Amino acid sequence: MADLALTPATRTLPLSGAHGGSSVARLEPAAAAARLSLRARPEDVEALSTALGIALPVKPKTSASANGRTALWLGPDEWLVIDEGQGGLLQAAKDCAAPHSATDVSHRNTAILVSGPGAQQTINSGCPLDLSLTAFPVGACARTLLGKVEIVLLRTEQDAFRVEVWRSFSGYAFGLLAEGARDAAL
Amino acid sequence: MLLIHCPYCEEDRSELEFRWAGEAHIARPDAISEISDEEFAEYFFLRNNEKGLTYERWRHMHGCGRFFNAARDTVSDRFLMTYKAGLPKQPIPVAEERAAAAEEKTVETWEATEGDAR
Ligand SMILES: [Zn+2]
Repeated sequence: MADLALTPATRTLPLSGAHGGSSVARLEPAAAAARLSLRARPEDVEALSTALGIALPVKPKTSASANGRTALWLGPDEWLVIDEGQGGLLQAAKDCAAPHSATDVSHRNTAILVSGPGAQQTINSGCPLDLSLTAFPVGACARTLLGKVEIVLLRTEQDAFRVEVWRSFSGYAFGLLAEGARDAAL
Repeated sequence: MLLIHCPYCEEDRSELEFRWAGEAHIARPDAISEISDEEFAEYFFLRNNEKGLTYERWRHMHGCGRFFNAARDTVSDRFLMTYKAGLPKQPIPVAEERAAAAEEKTVETWEATEGDAR
């Protein structure tokens, strides 16, 4: 089910074909990815990290990347794990004996990539987070709001962000970001 | 826009991300099937609705998702402190109390303009 790498043609991404932005910020839908919503107690974090091949971050607002996977801290016992590589994410969690909850949310979310010198301003047009580099450096992540919808924001580069959003909200999020990108260019 | 300190995220975040969740430190009676109707009403329905300093539960709904406790002044809407769920009722730091008292004298409220509703 989660193995998108094996069935790339069976699903159309909700934002497939969308493009937008302005002279300072580019918007594009991210490629399909496998995603896990992961919950675990502190004492089981180490075993899960080993099983998933990625050190689950325990510090607020931080993420970790390894082996094509990114783990984003969402709360003290909650992570979003994104796999853009070989897949097998759910199976890896299943093979871990440490107690945890892992839910496949690969198709619940889709992602919008926002990049360019106006990327920060584009996102801040609808998001109240302080996105200055000191408060939100590269690798920082947070669940927050974009306009009326909840998103998970990850800063992938100084001028690049990944906006994870529930698929049914993705049209709204993309539209709002497109307006933000236009405003950022003014 | 208010900024609220989330004790789990360890930083100030926009009020938009939070949701109020009622009065804090209300303990569920151990033997709930044995208590009287009056005791149940007291536990389940009746709230103090204090004017001024109040202890509330809040949830960082669109952030870390955690519930936590907050001491808030309902007149000035100032958050005096926040702390993690499960901790006992915390005393207000003296500096915060002074700042809140100073603010309360200057804050414009409906009561301040409409008479002595206090
Ligand atoms: Zn939080």
